[in-house]
Amino acid sequence: MKRYVYINDDESSHELYCDNRISNRKYTVLNFLPKNLWEQFSRFMNQYFLLIACLQLWSLITPVNPASTWGPLIFIFAVSASKEAWDDYNRYLSDKKANEKLVWVVRQGIRKHIQAQDIHVGNIVWLRENDEVPCDLVLIGTSDPQGLCYVETSALDGETDLKTRLIPTACMGIDFELLHKIKGVIECPNPDKDIRRFDANLRLFPPFIDNDVCPLTIKNTILQSCYLRNTEWACGVAIYTGNETKLGMSRGIPEPKLTAMDAMIDKLTGAIFVFQIVVVMVLGIAGNVWKDTEARKQWYVLYPLEGPWYELLVIPLRFELLCSIMIPISIKVSLDLVKSLYAKFIDWDSEMIDYETGIPSHATNTAISEDLGQVEYIMTDKTGTLTENRMIFRRCCISGVFYGNESGDALKDTRLLSAVAGCSTDVVQFLTVMAICNTVIPIKSKTGAILYKAQSQDEDALVNAAAQLHMVYVNKNANTLEIRFNSSVIKYEVLETLEFTSDRKRMSVVVKDCQNGKIVLLSKGADEAILPYAYDGQQTRTFIEAVEQYAQLGLRTLCLAWRELTEDEYQEWSLMFKEASSTLIDREWRIAEVCTRLEHDFEVLGVTAIEDRLQDGVPETIETLRKAGINFWMLTGDKQNTAIQIALSCNFISPEPKGQLLLIDGKTEDEVCRSLERVLLTMRITSSEPKDVAFAVDGWALEIALKHYRKAFTELAILSRTAICCRVTPSQKAQLVELLKSCDYRTLAIGDGGNDVRMIQQADIGVGISGREGLQAARAADYSIGKFRFLKRLILVHGRYSYNRTAFLSQYSFYKSLVICFIQIFFSFISGVSGTSLFNSVSLMAYNVFYTSVPVLASVLDKDLSEGTVMQHPQILFYCQAGRLLNPSTFAGWFGRSLFHAIVVFVITIHAYAYEKSEMEELSMVALSGCIWLQAFVVALETNSFTIVQHLAIWGNLVAFYVINWIFSAIPASGMYTIMFRLCRQPSYWITMFLIVAAGMGPVLALKYFRYTYRPSKINTLQQAERMGGPILTLGNIEPQQRSIEKEVSPLSISQPKSRSPTPVYEPLLSDSPNSSRRSLGSRSSSSYSRNCKDN
Amino acid sequence: MTDTNRERRRTRETAFYLFTQQSLPACKPVLTPGWVITIFLCMGLIFIPVGLVTLRASHSVVEIVDRYDIECVPEPFRIDKISYIQDDSIPKNCSRFMKVHKYMKAPIYIYYQLDNYYQNHRRYVKSRSDKQLLHGRKYHDTSSCQPVELNDGQPIVPCGLIAWSLFNDSFTFIRERAELKVNRKNIAWKSDRDHKFGKSVRPFNFQNGTLIGGGKLNPKIPLSDQEDLIVWMRTSALPSFRKLYGRIEEDLDADDVIVVNLINNYNTYSFGGKKKLVLSTSNWLGGKNDFLGHACVVIGSSSLILAIVFTLLHLKYRRPYGDTSYLPWNRKSLSG
Repeated sequence: MKRYVYINDDESSHELYCDNRISNRKYTVLNFLPKNLWEQFSRFMNQYFLLIACLQLWSLITPVNPASTWGPLIFIFAVSASKEAWDDYNRYLSDKKANEKLVWVVRQGIRKHIQAQDIHVGNIVWLRENDEVPCDLVLIGTSDPQGLCYVETSALDGETDLKTRLIPTACMGIDFELLHKIKGVIECPNPDKDIRRFDANLRLFPPFIDNDVCPLTIKNTILQSCYLRNTEWACGVAIYTGNETKLGMSRGIPEPKLTAMDAMIDKLTGAIFVFQIVVVMVLGIAGNVWKDTEARKQWYVLYPLEGPWYELLVIPLRFELLCSIMIPISIKVSLDLVKSLYAKFIDWDSEMIDYETGIPSHATNTAISEDLGQVEYIMTDKTGTLTENRMIFRRCCISGVFYGNESGDALKDTRLLSAVAGCSTDVVQFLTVMAICNTVIPIKSKTGAILYKAQSQDEDALVNAAAQLHMVYVNKNANTLEIRFNSSVIKYEVLETLEFTSDRKRMSVVVKDCQNGKIVLLSKGADEAILPYAYDGQQTRTFIEAVEQYAQLGLRTLCLAWRELTEDEYQEWSLMFKEASSTLIDREWRIAEVCTRLEHDFEVLGVTAIEDRLQDGVPETIETLRKAGINFWMLTGDKQNTAIQIALSCNFISPEPKGQLLLIDGKTEDEVCRSLERVLLTMRITSSEPKDVAFAVDGWALEIALKHYRKAFTELAILSRTAICCRVTPSQKAQLVELLKSCDYRTLAIGDGGNDVRMIQQADIGVGISGREGLQAARAADYSIGKFRFLKRLILVHGRYSYNRTAFLSQYSFYKSLVICFIQIFFSFISGVSGTSLFNSVSLMAYNVFYTSVPVLASVLDKDLSEGTVMQHPQILFYCQAGRLLNPSTFAGWFGRSLFHAIVVFVITIHAYAYEKSEMEELSMVALSGCIWLQAFVVALETNSFTIVQHLAIWGNLVAFYVINWIFSAIPASGMYTIMFRLCRQPSYWITMFLIVAAGMGPVLALKYFRYTYRPSKINTLQQAERMGGPILTLGNIEPQQRSIEKEVSPLSISQPKSRSPTPVYEPLLSDSPNSSRRSLGSRSSSSYSRNCKDN
Repeated sequence: MTDTNRERRRTRETAFYLFTQQSLPACKPVLTPGWVITIFLCMGLIFIPVGLVTLRASHSVVEIVDRYDIECVPEPFRIDKISYIQDDSIPKNCSRFMKVHKYMKAPIYIYYQLDNYYQNHRRYVKSRSDKQLLHGRKYHDTSSCQPVELNDGQPIVPCGLIAWSLFNDSFTFIRERAELKVNRKNIAWKSDRDHKFGKSVRPFNFQNGTLIGGGKLNPKIPLSDQEDLIVWMRTSALPSFRKLYGRIEEDLDADDVIVVNLINNYNTYSFGGKKKLVLSTSNWLGGKNDFLGHACVVIGSSSLILAIVFTLLHLKYRRPYGDTSYLPWNRKSLSG
């Protein structure tokens, strides 16, 4: 469970722990082949092909040269194996580079330059500024006299701000020279992947003072792959090395996701397999019967009277091999190829580049683009996803006085400015908390301006706002803070920082005023984490009102509070805190408990309101996607009122009379149950009406609902198109995704922060917004985009096209294999059911891998409707969602077509080439070229838009067919010698070809035309409309470009305090009667709605 | 306009950029009634004349077919034709009369036709060795020739079932007591004679076994000159096929009667096969084949019918084309 690291002990730990050799490789030179083959053969399709290929080695039963299966099989395997090998080789190179990097390490008391891979646990590693950290270290010394150093952790968690790390107290003040000789033991847990936690202890051995146990946290470590910044040097003890570092442990291969389409293709493959078995059995029996009745009479076949024991099996097995091409070997390769192209299209798309940051969209997972077109539920985070996550301090309420209500900006409120100028105590206290109750690091730039490095956007906003109100946070030196207020400098000593956790929902600092020695506790946090702990007798009513008012405007609120502490109280508590922070088990919980002992009897100073603006194009995107039939759920950690306001302003829930919001709440099981049932009842009634009914639930009620009333909640989830879940934890987000997935819905989760990672990984498709909260979400996601509005394009354009294209490609692949297979089956009836192959091996192989695979690949550029049309009529996505283009019935159509075409080719060929022309090689080439001609026209007919690529692929392929066959016909050794030249000289050959095309395509064209004109699908209608170029009805059409110009006018910053009724209007929302809530929701939102329209 | 702007525009227009944006210029054909009706009309207008021309060509071919397998078995043996054909002691000579009903211009091709003969049977097709045919006994790996590979431990050249079952009926033609000159040279493909059958490969150990299949070969003549064998070895894909026997290089007049003296050696009786003798002229289409002509006419006329039907449909149900107000979501919003 634990590891003991002896510092600077050169011998003891060498054998115990691995060295610092990093290895990300999956294979070694020796195990590559077996391991890779094993992996590839664990797939059913590959096993099937291998079985077929092995059966073909038996010359008695093989109808064609084994090369016709082995060739493609080996090719496919070679392609995927070499891809793996290449990736692995690159990993090896980057590992090697990291491993052979030279680092300074103390050996036998002397600093030496060694390769990074030779670092052992317990070694002391020295780093200079801008060095990469080679392994996980516990800091023991830095150049900074206060023991601080700065690290950039972007490689680890994607956060680009600098983080401070400090040396443990026990190592404070150790001389630079002595660091070489330091000895001690670090007791730390076994390697894990949690990069936010490190609960360990350090004990130094004499002569180094202090034999005390010194607690270590993640603050005392610098982890592998971080960079040392703004610090001249630092040194640390290696605790985890090689692949056991936190980074190494968190590296894992995610489970491959399977799209709904892949599942459908697998199902169809299974059906074809069954069909194949049936055909094989029927033909096998027929063949054996024919052999016993007819073939024995045919002396020229010379059947032996007594065959070997396996004789009965021979004919069925031959047919099995003959029919094995029913499952096209090329489909796998084609699909992989086009899927990676879909992903590339997403990467390339210049309309999905975030021009503010220059970050293009990226598809990390290249295999699931089709799923994007089949999304039914979108679970979205709020902050940073719908909003910009750029916080701006807008309003505040200090001791009951509202600032900023008139102008919408407290910083310009003259009353506040004069209060600041007049040094009103309340205001000064308020500003002090704003300025220093945080973990912000001020950095002086060369020009003298102060830049703030903050981990949270809220803190950044508060500190900046305080600075504008003349409370400037100037400097932080280890534990001393400097703030400048109206030209006087005040210094504070930071005694403790009680960090923010999502459970406590507040953070506090304990500081000591250096002037008068007073100890104060400064806190800020969510209203419910602060207001209940106000001292007895304080009137918190105005604050509650303020919070409600702000939340209603969609602002984020924080309550600020403080309390003076006595020296004794602090000392007593400090001991408890130290003890709690040095525990190894449940440290977080223990600390939280100790913290609550200090955080009470607050004097609440006021409420801040921070605006987080909606991103551009969010309402339009949501409206478009909702029209496309996608259900939206908002999962947020924010307050209910804020969430509802945001939801209203971004078209998430519709205003009256179209919308209705129901609420599930309650603190106990019974309450939740009752409210759930009531909502469910309303839902059932209204589900028939064309009305958007949404429900809102908070984290607590959700917990109960999921635990005890899962069934009812699931029903609710299915009935409701929209939901708002407030105050939910990351794991609840994931649970909700899981719930919808279990109902067989395709879910897409979109988020931007670390708290969305679980939801993103859980969903069928995870989309990460590479936003301001770092890249964590973007890294875990399948797709990363720069802005929420790109989601529309991602789904409607890329997802839809991918789905359509794959639907065509996969069915076509089966179709073309079936055509050739049916011809073989028909031929077996005129060849004595003996399993003769009409086509020779080369043709069969080339047909499957080349002639028919190349033209269809061009369908990756096919567009049934233009992007603009799809955006105007998002409802068309329904075809993809419902899987209308690839399902058993469409597949049956293709199956029927393949049967029809096989009959056409076969009948025409054997009649046109009867009697004296019936030579085997010629006839087979006639049939094959008939197929190729048909394929060209089938692909052409199914193509909706011809670009030059399609023309080249389709007609070029036809030309290539002849060129290739002429080449084969010119080789005397080949079986086809002179055949193609002979055929091309015969007029009857060309007549036969045109006959086949006309007979094969005529009915298909007629049928397609009839359906297209007289039974048009929605897609057809739109295609026609597009073609006519006439005015397409654009009811409810929304053009995002127009809106984005107006982005300065945010619907959120509408201030209308006067028109507001005394009681908050949203109150009836939460009432029982659906009618009342509907009315109020309508009246409330219609105002902002009309404003929206004006913006247009 | 600045240079950078122009540059950017140029890069935007390169084909690859357009490809990456999936916005290559494309034409989107739509199945408008005009197009479809035109296509079917054109198909009709092309296929009907082509079909008529083809039919005419086919009809201009004169073909005389005579089935002789039953007639050539003497009356007493008709009950048990198999024992008749297998009995070497009985002479197999037979005479047939063929009446020319129409003037036939030289060259007149002589075919023998076998029906219900499965030259495409898997066991049969595989049983040959192309390498041996070209290289002779130098080539040893003749396992593909099973079951006619070796005899008394000696390789058979040419090996395999196909060669072993060589057709061996022979025909001579007499018109008005004068023997018609039949050219038996150049009946096989030149490419086969030159590149597939060895010039120095002579039959060896052929038809020496206990089971005798079909015809024998003169061991002195190299395989490349054994044209009957070469023709026979081009297996047919269909169970009824004709193979070239020779050419008559004289014109035949209508009402000529040709006496065919044939030796009926080949056994088709055991499996109920038919043997026919075919005299046929040839033209650009090849032999007589009405199928192509008929099929073209049928396809052409059904295309015309479809074109007419679609025209009528189009005139009767004039549908507003591509009217998006038919889309359900628009309908809803129109009404609501």
